[in-house]
Amino acid sequence: MYQYDKYDQTMIDQRVAQFRDQTRRFLAGELTEEQFRPLRLMNGLYIQIHAPMLRVAIPYGLMSSNQVRKIADVSRRYDKGFVHFTTRQNFQLNWPKLEDVPDILADLASVQMHAIQSSGNCIRNTTSDQFAGINANEIEDPRPWAELIRQWSTFHPEFAYLPRKFKIAVIGTKEDRAATQLHDIGLHLVKNHDGEIGFEVLVGGGLGRTPIVGQVIRPFLEKKDLLSYLEAILRVYNRLGRRDNKYKARIKITVREHGINHIRELVEAEWVQIRSQLELADGEIERVKSHFTTPDYDKTAAEDETFEAMLAEDASFARWVKQNTVEHKQAGYKGAYISLKAHGEAPGDVSSEQLEVIAELADEFSLGEVRSTHNQNLVFADVKQADLYALWLRLEAEKLATPNMNTLTDIICCPGLDYCGLANATSIPLSKQITERFGDLDYLFDLGDIKIKFSGCMNGCAHQSVGHIGILGVDKKGEEWYQFTLGGSSDENATLGERLGKAIPKEEVVDTVGHLLDTYVDLRHEDESFLATVRRLGIDPFKERVYADN
Amino acid sequence: MQIIKDREIVEDNWVHLDDDATLISGDITVSLARWQEQHEALVKHDGRLGLRLSGDDPLEEIIPDLAHFSLVVLVFPAFTDGRCYSYAKLLRERYDFTHEIRAQGDVLHDQLFYMSQCGINSFELANPNRMAYALKAFDDFSESYQSTVLRPEPLFKRR
Repeated sequence: MYQYDKYDQTMIDQRVAQFRDQTRRFLAGELTEEQFRPLRLMNGLYIQIHAPMLRVAIPYGLMSSNQVRKIADVSRRYDKGFVHFTTRQNFQLNWPKLEDVPDILADLASVQMHAIQSSGNCIRNTTSDQFAGINANEIEDPRPWAELIRQWSTFHPEFAYLPRKFKIAVIGTKEDRAATQLHDIGLHLVKNHDGEIGFEVLVGGGLGRTPIVGQVIRPFLEKKDLLSYLEAILRVYNRLGRRDNKYKARIKITVREHGINHIRELVEAEWVQIRSQLELADGEIERVKSHFTTPDYDKTAAEDETFEAMLAEDASFARWVKQNTVEHKQAGYKGAYISLKAHGEAPGDVSSEQLEVIAELADEFSLGEVRSTHNQNLVFADVKQADLYALWLRLEAEKLATPNMNTLTDIICCPGLDYCGLANATSIPLSKQITERFGDLDYLFDLGDIKIKFSGCMNGCAHQSVGHIGILGVDKKGEEWYQFTLGGSSDENATLGERLGKAIPKEEVVDTVGHLLDTYVDLRHEDESFLATVRRLGIDPFKERVYADN
Repeated sequence: MQIIKDREIVEDNWVHLDDDATLISGDITVSLARWQEQHEALVKHDGRLGLRLSGDDPLEEIIPDLAHFSLVVLVFPAFTDGRCYSYAKLLRERYDFTHEIRAQGDVLHDQLFYMSQCGINSFELANPNRMAYALKAFDDFSESYQSTVLRPEPLFKRR
């Protein structure tokens, strides 16, 4: 993975010093809350209901085992001994003290981590595919490009006070595990007719109150022009984006109001003026790529016979392998999920003890690296098949091996009313109830691929509008109600879900999920997924079952 | 009054003329509206001329007139309004404006570094009492990854 040189390290060290001084001035009354707010947000610091929340960036989801150990250490030293992984591959501390934050950032900087631009109206952490570099059918590894974007976007002086937040995701496969079509900019590495690799550039996707699927602004961009094109889009947005209404300030609204063709004209006109100045030299591309070379894989890994033997011998192991591991481009290797969706636990939460075990397992079994995913789980990307059984036993002992990836209980959930100052309704307790009620593994496997996404307010941090089943908490005269949507998807066929009907009271949420599942089981064709069934039949049969009593 | 200019605290004598104020001699700045209405009188004005622009004003329309101005004042109605960062950068890099570019309005210590990298070289701080301490802000970072007005070669071309 990328290693800082003296430039990178100096800049994050200077950032810590800058924020230390800003915090001091705020505590001394020299900065008002209003003046301090954007400064702390650009260091990931929110003030929540019970305590501050600190969101730390994990650039494109990549962590070394040493970084994971430091996260464990920080969570124990400054917080309650657990952290929460987010849908944008970052993690959050939910109970730090404001006055400790400069020290936390200094500790993180010692292992090349930071909270820079993890919130605020600026360019956020660039996200990517958790299986980058290990896909057999990858067009090109997106990680060097994500790193180049990280550097370009970090402390960009012109784009620190944008109309609204700005998120970029980049992938190198046709399959989309990073929800790129729902980002302000989505970048897809593609091959053109001449066999050259470049980027398809999408703009104007987003979730939140007004979910919109992104549109292609440029079907093919040469790789060396990546930064100049991004700069052109950002400059057009910085000037044109609305500043009169924060709910209409995202670039998705700018694109909708002006039309993609007009935006394209403006961007292309800007781009031709700055293209040569920001052209990426081959040397720099190679420098960054040299941090993401193919590891020295064991070419004999596939000769192992113990893996097949253990699959036959241990049904629980076989179930985990089927559900929680993925194919790898190197024969004899697999990618393995670490499920942060143990039934009855808060989705995405992990304790400092678990993190320490994860770091140890990474060193032992996966080349010392761990990755975070858009679905709030973790991944070991390079595990030899011969090691999978030993790895599984250790994960199982830590409650990190629930074989539920991409099933009903692999729920994406925001912190909700229990933690978040914006939320209208609780989400985590209901999500726990859902996993407890429907957690029977045979039932889960029978249901197959179902994505539930659960947000506690219309800001939609859990992306409910692209859940196969989306659940949105709303406030009705001080009571918590829940709005269901069906048929959404954030993959390469991104679709917004359709509203099921009127909102449902809190005590009926879990039963409603049950009604939806029963309807699916009754009406599905053989091997038809939940999403395919909803798309074939529409929402009416589901609606009839759910609202039958009214 | 005192301002920060080129990283020093200096006395400043520019007068920012309201649209309904009588034209006086000496160094004055005017709004874009006044410039457009009283263009001919202002050109004959005895003293240097400056133009005040906000993010609402159409930058490109004023470019043919730039030669008349010894100062462009970029007005920040709120420090969170980042449009004029782009204006400053464009004035310097695309339209070759070499005279003073000044930030006015909600101009605070913690935005000075980014503003200066975008080509703004003078600052009327919202809180003039903290001007001396604010001079530190120009050294918040010793490097930038990007191509900035102060360092046109992006870091990736210098590594």
